[in-house]
Amino acid sequence: MSEELVVPAGVVQKARTIDCTWYNNRIAPLLEGLNTWSRGIPLVLAFFALWEALPRLGIIDTLFLPPFSTTVQTLFDLIVSGKLLMHVIVSLQRSAIGFGLAFLISVPFGFLMGWYNKFERYTDLLVQSLRNVSTFALLPIFLLLFGLGEPSKIAIIFYGASWQLLMNTISGVKSVDQIYIKAAKSMGASDWDLFRKVILPASIPSIAIGARLGAKISLMVVIAAEMIGAKSGLGFFIQNAQFNFMVPEMYAGILALAILGLVVNYLLVWVEKKTTYWKGEIGSSLLG
Amino acid sequence: MVMDIIIAEKVNKKFQLKQGQNINNNGVASNQIEVLSGFDLKIKKGEFLVLVGPSGSGKSVFLDLVGGLSNPTSGVVYLDDKPVEAPSSKTAYVFQQYALFPWRTALSNIEFGLESRGVLKEERVKIARELLSLFGLSDFEDRFPYQLSGGMQQRVAIARALATKPEVLLMDEPFAALDAQTREILQNELIRIWEGTQTTVIFVTHSIDEAVFLADRVAVVTARPGRIKEIIEIDLPRPRNAELRSSNEFAANRHKVWGALKAEVNKAQQDWKLAPVFTE
Repeated sequence: MSEELVVPAGVVQKARTIDCTWYNNRIAPLLEGLNTWSRGIPLVLAFFALWEALPRLGIIDTLFLPPFSTTVQTLFDLIVSGKLLMHVIVSLQRSAIGFGLAFLISVPFGFLMGWYNKFERYTDLLVQSLRNVSTFALLPIFLLLFGLGEPSKIAIIFYGASWQLLMNTISGVKSVDQIYIKAAKSMGASDWDLFRKVILPASIPSIAIGARLGAKISLMVVIAAEMIGAKSGLGFFIQNAQFNFMVPEMYAGILALAILGLVVNYLLVWVEKKTTYWKGEIGSSLLG
Repeated sequence: MVMDIIIAEKVNKKFQLKQGQNINNNGVASNQIEVLSGFDLKIKKGEFLVLVGPSGSGKSVFLDLVGGLSNPTSGVVYLDDKPVEAPSSKTAYVFQQYALFPWRTALSNIEFGLESRGVLKEERVKIARELLSLFGLSDFEDRFPYQLSGGMQQRVAIARALATKPEVLLMDEPFAALDAQTREILQNELIRIWEGTQTTVIFVTHSIDEAVFLADRVAVVTARPGRIKEIIEIDLPRPRNAELRSSNEFAANRHKVWGALKAEVNKAQQDWKLAPVFTE
């Protein structure tokens, strides 16, 4: 028939020999992610353009807002000279220690509160009262109690990061589908097995979200803490630049902070995906 | 003589309603709901018994009692002449929602029950692979549940239940969430596999066709509080196959079951607006 599709033999041969598995598994999702991500670029560029234009057109005094290009240049110089790196490392170290401690304490505590109703009844009021006080409001108390050194900074980061971790662990434990518990019990799982093989893995997605939020908070809190009585860290750097009227340096510090936040966030999204690989994504189910 | 593997004697089961909820029992307000009352049933070793009854008649509750997941308020359920108090290795459960652990692969899901029994890894994998091949799923052992269709997930769930070689398989509307075609295919597979193992099966369903196709006997449960109203022997030959569904004998059995069930379903619908959310 005339409607029959005519394909030259060579083309068919070639098509059969191309192995697409690697491309489909590795490259395609990457390109797709890049494609989605790239849609945000125009608006960011517009923002930078505005930042460049306003001081150059004299609408804002360059003394208070140096153009974007000047800020980038300053940031570049700071990175090359190594002046910034030390502060970044110090800030990251503080927030990592504070966050790590929060993780080690909040997650087990969250399991206890989520699993044992009685325990939650006794602890919930205190937890709710503490968690609803702004971390920044407590900064002076931490300084009084722990002094101006490292302990007060770590303690305030620990405090700030704890609540999201705690709340998400509790809700993770509480939202474990009863059918999994029933299934495990019917197969003779011991209490320890029930925890290890059901409650723990089932709560991981929720804990991962808590960890992401907690890490974000620890990055915010570390900057605030470093602005009060610190001699190093990105927060100190920004504050110090402001006091000495090194305005481009101050903006460069803030820009560095934004980049750092973005990197940490994507890193944690990646960790979250890695730990919840078994959930799959909507639409990726093999057989619908 | 065939031995009775399960004997339920005068079983009653009441649930406490949540605070502030009440239910009207023949004009008397109560905060308790009686789900099973005077439930007597004997199940023969190796038989395929299907429970049918209106929604809320306590069929699933009875499965929980046999599985040791909950205890009767009064009365006793005997399994191999011993009262059931806790989950035992003699029973295994298959749920309507599959209940596969989403963080485990098909193979590893089937291993779960064997892990609790201390079976070594090598042996566990061997048993799990055999079962996967029995259900035609050998190529899917590394898949996670989200990568499997509903029918495949339920096959894995049945394989998981069979892995521990239970004496009694408890199946709570296992095919209710599947589409009609998959459902029939799985019924055929289940009957084929069961005829090979001779495990005792207690199967709950709302489908009369399913009940007649699978069962040696169909036990009709009354509207709440549930007890056995009538037991109907299904006199269809085995091995059973798909053609049987369109035979006159099949229709006759179907008619018998529906005759016993009809009045109870009507009664339950009168009651249905009172349907409570219960906690134990």
